[in-house]
Amino acid sequence: MMRQTFVDTTTELLAEDPRTAVVLADISADAFAPAMRRHPDRVLNVGIREQLMTGVAGGLALTGLRPFVHSYAPFLVDRAYEQIKLDMGHQDVGAVLVSIGASYDGSAEGYTHQSPGDVELLDTLEGWTVYVPGHSDEVAALLRAAAGHDDRVYVRLTEQENSQAYPDGSRLRVIRRGGPLVVAVGPMLDPVLEATRDLDVTVAYTNTPRPLDAEGLRLLVDGELVMVEPYLAGTSARQVAEALGGVPHRALHLGVGRGEIRRYGTWQDHARAHGLDAAGLRSRIAEFLW
Amino acid sequence: MNFKLQPIPMTLTALPTDPLRPLIRRLTGDEKHDASSHSTLDVLWVLYDRILRLTPETADAPDRDRFLLSKGHGPAAYYAVLAAKGFFPADWLDDLGGWDSPLGHHPDRVRIPGVEVGTGSLGHGLGLAVGVALGLRAQGEKARTFVLLGDAELDEGSNHEAIAYAAATRLPLTAIVIDNQSATHGWPGGIAARFPGWVTAMVNGRDREQIEYALAKRHHDRPNLVVAAVEPKWSNR
Repeated sequence: MMRQTFVDTTTELLAEDPRTAVVLADISADAFAPAMRRHPDRVLNVGIREQLMTGVAGGLALTGLRPFVHSYAPFLVDRAYEQIKLDMGHQDVGAVLVSIGASYDGSAEGYTHQSPGDVELLDTLEGWTVYVPGHSDEVAALLRAAAGHDDRVYVRLTEQENSQAYPDGSRLRVIRRGGPLVVAVGPMLDPVLEATRDLDVTVAYTNTPRPLDAEGLRLLVDGELVMVEPYLAGTSARQVAEALGGVPHRALHLGVGRGEIRRYGTWQDHARAHGLDAAGLRSRIAEFLW
Repeated sequence: MNFKLQPIPMTLTALPTDPLRPLIRRLTGDEKHDASSHSTLDVLWVLYDRILRLTPETADAPDRDRFLLSKGHGPAAYYAVLAAKGFFPADWLDDLGGWDSPLGHHPDRVRIPGVEVGTGSLGHGLGLAVGVALGLRAQGEKARTFVLLGDAELDEGSNHEAIAYAAATRLPLTAIVIDNQSATHGWPGGIAARFPGWVTAMVNGRDREQIEYALAKRHHDRPNLVVAAVEPKWSNR
């Protein structure tokens, strides 16, 4: 669903804005075939060449275009990390990186197709806005916002979706008011709501973990905080610590573990293995807040 | 389609010009990359003096020709040429790598007028150049795109992604490889053989007439390669 929304929205942008370009490395090339026929100069499939895909995007941006760069997350971010660092950041140009696969959508494909570390890798670099939509209805607006400027944007799409979209999720949006704050990033909202159904907590949602809404955190945190993220656990620990610097607090950071799960199955199986299903979240949140 | 210009004398004779030598001498800070910095000198001079439609006044013009120095190592010759052509004051050459200097041991496009890309890590310029050429084409610009690499830089696999794609899409950019035989394992069979589908030319990288002739030629439906051979980096090879 999110991938289709991405293809549809980007195809519209190609028609609306002559600055828009799309760079692919075979992944989703079929879905972009109609757009490629209409805009052969701006929809470019370089083949299975992720370093080139990223370098080409940097070059397009140097000429004033706005490239959307797309692949599976491990090939888009992990594999071509130095191209992201140098061909974009060091050149002082931007692009919109749009990944699919997330941490374990490719459950049966195995670890080669999983990128739990993508957001943490981008955190080593300057100036990346990171969108982690929790529902496909949030995707179009995020892409359109990214098309309107030249900065560096990462959009992390996934098959795991919440039941409801929150188009106003760029800041911390309070979903339920109560005691200690639990922040759910992107698709973590539904499992967090289910896990905390009968707990006295405040649940806030965001689909924009970078920049993290520091002002919202300071307003909402009263001593205790649980961050629940769909990528490596603790990825936002530094941002939380900086936002709450000088404010006494306890924090629990939940997310994907660093250990490789050498099993296949479904993404639900992997969520359970990482304690990111409702039951796993509930036991750890309840223990922390006890 | 391929043509060769022979022979290639491998002795560096005193250059007939030039304002460049004294400028390079001012760049005394660049000792690490001394040999590699001079291998590019004649090609760079010919580019900026005779080929590129680019001046300090048009350094930001959308229709300017683009030159990307992929081989960011040893930029002394590059800096000397840019200074000689007025892109920045020659005074800048006196503090290479200094805290207050815009000139580092690898060039930074954000700091130096006329520099299209910041390089230093090898294997990035050709992919960027492919993107620049595609971006110009998509916007209807006729400007040319040039990129300069070293023969050792071709070791980086990223280049070969770009080489194959440029050939497959018949992208009319011009790559120049300065061959001073510095690649550790060499390129048996020749550098041009690594560029299938490109129009290739071999020139003496110290002969400015040959260089100009090869760079002025432009095939509009194929990528163009000019291999410019200069004296070997290590004389015992």
